[in-house]
Amino acid sequence: MSKSGIIAGAAIAALMGGAIAAFAVVWRPAIETVEPPAPQSFEPALVKRGRDLAAIGNCSDCHTIKGGKTFAGGLPVPTPFGTIYSSNITPDPETGIGRWSEAAFRRAMRSGVDRAGQHLYPTFPYDHFTNVNDEDDRALYAFLMTRPAVRAAAPANDLAFPFNQRFAVAGWKLLFLKGGTYKVDSTQSAEWNRGAYLVDGLAHCGACHTPRNALGAEKASASFSGGDVDNWHAYAINAQSRSPLPWTTDALFHYLRQGWDPDHGVARGPMAEVTANLSSVPENDVRAIALYMGSVFGPPTQDHLDQAEATRADIKSLQAQPVSVQPASADNPGALVYQAACATCHESGRPLPYSGINLRLSTALSAPDPRNAANVILSGIRPVGGERSPIMPGFANSMTDDQIAAVLNYLRGRFSAQPAWSGVEQIVRDARHSETVSLQTAPAPESVAGGSMQRDKP
Amino acid sequence: MTTLKVNGHDHEIDADPDTPLLYVLRDELKLNAAKFGCGLGQCGACTVIVDGKAVLSCVTPLLLLKGKEVTTLEGLGTVEKPAPIQRAFIEEQAAQCGYCIAGMMMRAQALLQRTPKPTDAQIRSELQTNLCRCGTHMRILRAVHRAAHLMDTAELTTNGSAQ
Repeated sequence: MSKSGIIAGAAIAALMGGAIAAFAVVWRPAIETVEPPAPQSFEPALVKRGRDLAAIGNCSDCHTIKGGKTFAGGLPVPTPFGTIYSSNITPDPETGIGRWSEAAFRRAMRSGVDRAGQHLYPTFPYDHFTNVNDEDDRALYAFLMTRPAVRAAAPANDLAFPFNQRFAVAGWKLLFLKGGTYKVDSTQSAEWNRGAYLVDGLAHCGACHTPRNALGAEKASASFSGGDVDNWHAYAINAQSRSPLPWTTDALFHYLRQGWDPDHGVARGPMAEVTANLSSVPENDVRAIALYMGSVFGPPTQDHLDQAEATRADIKSLQAQPVSVQPASADNPGALVYQAACATCHESGRPLPYSGINLRLSTALSAPDPRNAANVILSGIRPVGGERSPIMPGFANSMTDDQIAAVLNYLRGRFSAQPAWSGVEQIVRDARHSETVSLQTAPAPESVAGGSMQRDKP
Repeated sequence: MTTLKVNGHDHEIDADPDTPLLYVLRDELKLNAAKFGCGLGQCGACTVIVDGKAVLSCVTPLLLLKGKEVTTLEGLGTVEKPAPIQRAFIEEQAAQCGYCIAGMMMRAQALLQRTPKPTDAQIRSELQTNLCRCGTHMRILRAVHRAAHLMDTAELTTNGSAQ
């Protein structure tokens, strides 16, 4: 054999080897379809556990379109790579998961591959769900397979090349999917481990609260240091938290369970759905999550404690002499707007959650940017149907962008220990734009709650 | 003194800048169509139109109305010459106790100015923030559709009333 022949042979062998390796990375077999299992074939206790787990996993939030049937999918999820539509996870045999076996369901949870062997986009957070154990996957499967089947095909994803190629997802997984179920940390308590298992697994807290890299994967080095979701900022929930008062395990439990906490205010935006779900699951699980997250926050630094002291002192002095009765200087339009439109509730001294929070305690005003505060000023806090819940009127129709920007700048300077925000005007314009869009796609009044039960609220 | 433009007329108002628009309308200007319901911006009985948009007058302080134009139900039409939205609500007999109806009409009016032929879903979604305890919702829905039809067929003056 000539030398060139050997080289060619080696090249062909290498290419073939590469192709086989690539095939091994990309290709996944289909899993046989099954006859949709009868709802009666599942143990009621298993279904009930699955229901609680689905609430902890917040499944309905992404897999239900506003005003649509629960778990029927079709929700557009905007990503930097295009729009991905959530899938129908009701047991409909044609458009849902009715013909999926439990093994197919478990494979989807663990490695992001659907029954037919197609790679799923990581908007479905299998980088977290890979940690869910077999027993919990079985319960989730039992719960979903006993829901009413809804015939609803999800619209086709709207992604640009190369992101519209599913094999690209296989490459993504090589880089970012660390398979394997949760490993117990034996130096920690059982409750802590339970919390870590839920937070890093099914509850997928990092999906919103951890920043993402250019390829849309969570930055492992920056776990829980704050991320983006829709047009909201998901706050840092580790040592970088800028909440005026440090979070404690008790405060976390109260907030996650009740949707509000006297030291931190009410959960709004996408977090409202999360706390609504957590109000109906076993209390022990929420306590475990709070315990684990408390350890993620870590003990507050001396700086944070000093700041908290200053915050408490300022609240006392505000109670003695409210801003609303101090003469506002006419050249600060933000102060004037605050006194006229905001102070009547936010300085009322009525207890939370039904009054306005003392803004000295607001995490929104201490956040890195004013998005969340702008969203709340524009849209207010809508009451939740059929429940007692916090309220605030929106000011989108009565305040101009300039007035909202002025009041945000004033609030930041007056009530937060953080440096001034930049680009507030543009952020307000963007927030108004997305507020308008979300109102245009607002649900019809007969919207169905995502399987959550009546909240146990004061 | 603040100048407040209501239904096309300027008024000199002597009130603190945090005075809610609703109080000025009812107590100073004696325009009583807008109602006090909850005082928290949650029921919609106080709804008026400011620069074409539905605004809750009970939580809108005077300060925010500088240079803006307020329209109340009185500015749309009169007993003798009801506006299409008023005619439609009368013809559908959409009021029972009537307390919420002025607010309903104002929010519906703002919707129709923006969206002349709203769908059922758009009307429901828009009026979601206005509460009615009598339960005349189906008649209110019909009335808004009827008003859309009336506006489409009648010649309109600039203030929204039919000629």
